Amino acid sequence: MTEPLIYDISSPGRTGVNLPDCDVPQSELPQHLLRQDVDLPEVSELQVVRHFTRLSQLNHGIDTGFYPLGSCTMKYNPRLNEDAARLPGFAHLHPATDEEGSQGALALMYQLQEWLREISGFAAVSLVPAAGAQGEFAGILMIRKYHQERGDTKRTKILVPNSAHGTNPATVSMAGYQAVELPSDANGDVDLEALRAACDDTIAGMMITVPSTLGLFEAHILEVIQAVHDCGGLMYMDGANMNAMMGVVKPGELGFDVMHYNLHKTFSTPHGGGGPGSGPVAVNDKLKPYLPGPVVRIVEEEQGDVPPLYGFMMPEKSIGRLKAFHGNFGMHVRAFAYIAANGVEGLKDVTRMAVLNANYLRVKLSDAYHIPYNRACGHEFVLEGRFEGVEEVHALDISKRLMDYGIHPPTNYFPLIVHEALMIEPTETEDLATLNQFVDAMKKIAVEAKSEPEKLRTAPHTTPVKRLDEVRAAKELVLCCRPIPSQADSAAGG
Amino acid sequence: MGKWKTPDDLKYTKNDEWLRIEGDTATVGISDYAQDQLNDIVFVELPDVGASLDKGDSFGVVESVKAAADVYMPIGGTITEVNNAVEDQPELLNTDPYGEGWIIKFTIKDASEANDLMDSAAYDAYCEDR
Repeated sequence: MTEPLIYDISSPGRTGVNLPDCDVPQSELPQHLLRQDVDLPEVSELQVVRHFTRLSQLNHGIDTGFYPLGSCTMKYNPRLNEDAARLPGFAHLHPATDEEGSQGALALMYQLQEWLREISGFAAVSLVPAAGAQGEFAGILMIRKYHQERGDTKRTKILVPNSAHGTNPATVSMAGYQAVELPSDANGDVDLEALRAACDDTIAGMMITVPSTLGLFEAHILEVIQAVHDCGGLMYMDGANMNAMMGVVKPGELGFDVMHYNLHKTFSTPHGGGGPGSGPVAVNDKLKPYLPGPVVRIVEEEQGDVPPLYGFMMPEKSIGRLKAFHGNFGMHVRAFAYIAANGVEGLKDVTRMAVLNANYLRVKLSDAYHIPYNRACGHEFVLEGRFEGVEEVHALDISKRLMDYGIHPPTNYFPLIVHEALMIEPTETEDLATLNQFVDAMKKIAVEAKSEPEKLRTAPHTTPVKRLDEVRAAKELVLCCRPIPSQADSAAGG
Repeated sequence: MGKWKTPDDLKYTKNDEWLRIEGDTATVGISDYAQDQLNDIVFVELPDVGASLDKGDSFGVVESVKAAADVYMPIGGTITEVNNAVEDQPELLNTDPYGEGWIIKFTIKDASEANDLMDSAAYDAYCEDR
């Protein structure tokens, strides 16, 4: 990569900004607060523009190419969402503004709560959680409080299938429970016998990702829910994969008690460095009193031409606040715009096309790659990135080689229950031509793996940065791009 | 058969730890199969000497460029020694899993707990099936 650090193009005395004349009385900062060694680059505005423009061109993003990163739902983020989020009334609204002064924002949040409630099939929604993992945390805390309020204190365990998102067992631990892993059966579904054997009065509930990380809709989901309910546990659905269900299946109607959304996946708000997440939770009547707050409610109903008056409230037995203010509001605006622009049929089409695209790729790649659970999938599927007789080629090498074809690698080595896993999620926003380019690239790579394995082992060859030494990167952590000046002289190696 | 090394004098767990019993002392590491599956190992978290752990308890973490995996006690015991060398050179688990890449030594609580572990032939078959 040829682009230097911005520090390396710095030259003393150069400036990019002319500060306006000070129009208030100046006061001197205390001497002991003034530093002489502030190490900031001195560059012109043009240098800054060129530097960061060049850096942005070295990147791969959804705006530059196909991005089938499984589990992440890297769909296109419509610019309309960005326009809405930048409306001055939303963008410049201070979060401490009183309710009277923020009725527009409250109306939007209330409507979004209602839409998400409708899509989920649940009784109530809180928009507060800052991202998916916080949504999970809120959900399990609500389950915990539900049991505690009933004096049911012997429940200490949460069941988690081995095809769950990695955050699920972490959430269980964070909430003070013990995670009990359940095996999958030969079809990739939850092993029902193992589930029934594990169900007793120590089970607080179960966290299940639907569709699972294998991209499969749990074939006996109703039996699973029944088994856990029969032993007094509650059912948590990880809704990160709602892009395979939105508008088609309502988790609340299946019998779940609580779920979270990832607005930054299903509802096209930017993520992966592009913006914060948002992980609203939806619950049934049992858990409604425990929702994290504040939630938006109607204080006075509308009358004729007078719109309703909205206000914040804390649910009566709320698990409390999870973050300052009211969730990541900018994401709420984007998700609102997305739902409003798509409408009911549009959202159903999103799901249908996401599932169709994934199944198209799955079938097209079935000959060239081994797909261990090869049945109709949801929005994603998992194949094995290895070939008979070519021991030296791994999933990682296939991923790196895809970059030479201008495609972002799929998710590597997850889920763990598939050898050399490559998890592929095309999303609904890709057209047939792009999908076919991906199929062609994957098939070429499968041929190369046998004829020129070294080409894969040393890939990528056409990117600004070639094969990275991942072992060294993991072992020798360099967290600062250059030595801090005051320590530079004494800085030791490593 | 024999794609991975599985020394005859060791016992093996379904989670791919190996166990060497010498008198009332045991040594534990991860198998050749495990290191091969994990790929380049970059970090090993060791337990405290003196920790008393039961069979099946997690005693540490092995992390590679691919995944992080807990490692579990094949049988119960009290930790007497940990291999500090693997903190600086975690790749020892890749290059010499049954030798310099050992992870812990401990005094055995109850040797009969090893009865349900696999011998090398059973473990070979177990790995081939996966």
